[in-house]
Amino acid sequence: MADPAVRVEGLRVRRDGNVVLRDLSIAVREATVTGLLGPSGSGKTTLMRAIVGVQIVEAGEVVVLGRPAGSPELRRSVAYVTQAPSVYLDLTVRENLVYFARVLDAPHDSVEEAIRTVGLGEHAAQVVRTLSGGEQSRVSLATALLGDPELLVLDEPTVGLDPVLRRDLWNTFHELAERGATLLVSSHVMDEAERCDELVLLREGAVVAAATPQELRERTGRDDLEQAFLVLAEGA
Amino acid sequence: MTPRITLATTSRVLRQIVRDRRTLALLLVVPPLLLTLFKYVFDGQEATFDRVAGPLVGLFPFITMFLVTSIAMLRERTAGTLERLMSMPLAKLDLLVGYGLAFAALAAVQASLTSAVAFGLLDLDTEGPVWVVFLIAIANAVLGMALGLFLSAFAQSEFQAVQFMPAFVLPQILLCGLLVPREDMAPLLELASYALPLTYAYDALARATAGDTGGRFALDVAVVCGCVVLALALGATTLRRRTP
Repeated sequence: MADPAVRVEGLRVRRDGNVVLRDLSIAVREATVTGLLGPSGSGKTTLMRAIVGVQIVEAGEVVVLGRPAGSPELRRSVAYVTQAPSVYLDLTVRENLVYFARVLDAPHDSVEEAIRTVGLGEHAAQVVRTLSGGEQSRVSLATALLGDPELLVLDEPTVGLDPVLRRDLWNTFHELAERGATLLVSSHVMDEAERCDELVLLREGAVVAAATPQELRERTGRDDLEQAFLVLAEGA
Repeated sequence: MTPRITLATTSRVLRQIVRDRRTLALLLVVPPLLLTLFKYVFDGQEATFDRVAGPLVGLFPFITMFLVTSIAMLRERTAGTLERLMSMPLAKLDLLVGYGLAFAALAAVQASLTSAVAFGLLDLDTEGPVWVVFLIAIANAVLGMALGLFLSAFAQSEFQAVQFMPAFVLPQILLCGLLVPREDMAPLLELASYALPLTYAYDALARATAGDTGGRFALDVAVVCGCVVLALALGATTLRRRTP
């Protein structure tokens, strides 16, 4: 089997004195959409930050695309979308993307393509501050699509989006995976688990299960993934 | 450092300021208006006005760029755009120099407008060449920007950031010699003034406007440039790729 896109071993992270991740190990397979699921406070964001390499960690190893997380060589190939829309509110959608594209040295066409993908074509010339919350987070998501990253780490990218757009975005995620990109997508809504190739269930900073949706159903005997999660969480 | 990224950052920062018409207007209109105010506060005291107004042309950019940068940088920190940039192939110098160029350009416009009003309308009369004042104004803008960038790391809100103005800038203006010659201050304050960058900026401006661009002037300029480099280095230490 090929090397995983992300390999985390024995990761321990402490934030403000509390242990947020306790000796956590996972592997994310290349060219898949892997869902990171768990209740809020389970450590999803911290794990993502560690994979992107912006988190100071206490112990453990995080290897991304064959290099230690946060290596300078990864800054072009790993894209990260935080929950807060990390874009300039006083610039237009297009101005934001043009700037980030120039930082990433991404071709100019990728700007218009990213805007189309997140469905903001009509708002491209609008100042981000005047957009709704959901639209603002789509600008942030569009930024992550620039420059064909090999790994996309997306922290709850579909929160507050209407169902049609949510479906379209999940289709986009799968298209990206088919073209070879690896996506790690967090969510606290179990109905999104269904759309992932692989799942990592987190609870209180530890992995409850890592499997495909089908394997989870077989292992727990529950059709509903939310029920399956409960069985695993309470059995743990 | 990559010129493409540095210049992209400069144009992005300028675009943000230009888009905010009211801020831009305040940046450009307030200094000439304040100078006009000075003119009539010192009504009929031409010599005093000449002594104070020349250096002020060069000090305004320090104050305004300090304020604008501390808020702009605080926004980058709190909105998460700084974290995003730090996870991209952008060198810390790209950001520092990118901001520096943007504010130097803005300071050039500000200082031109202020000089035009001061020399053209208010009959400001100085011995030294105007272009020296102009260059020091730009150095001061970059100094203000670098200090604002550094201090923004210690503010958690915009309320706190604006308070850094009276806390860090006003004492420097009081002690720099603009209002009272430094040798007439309490000895302890005179001593303290040697440790403040604005003292050297003012001294250079006062000498330049008095037509003295000799060795002491060169030393002042060197100290100001040294302070710019030091403040930029301090600012760079607050740009972190990894955070707790």
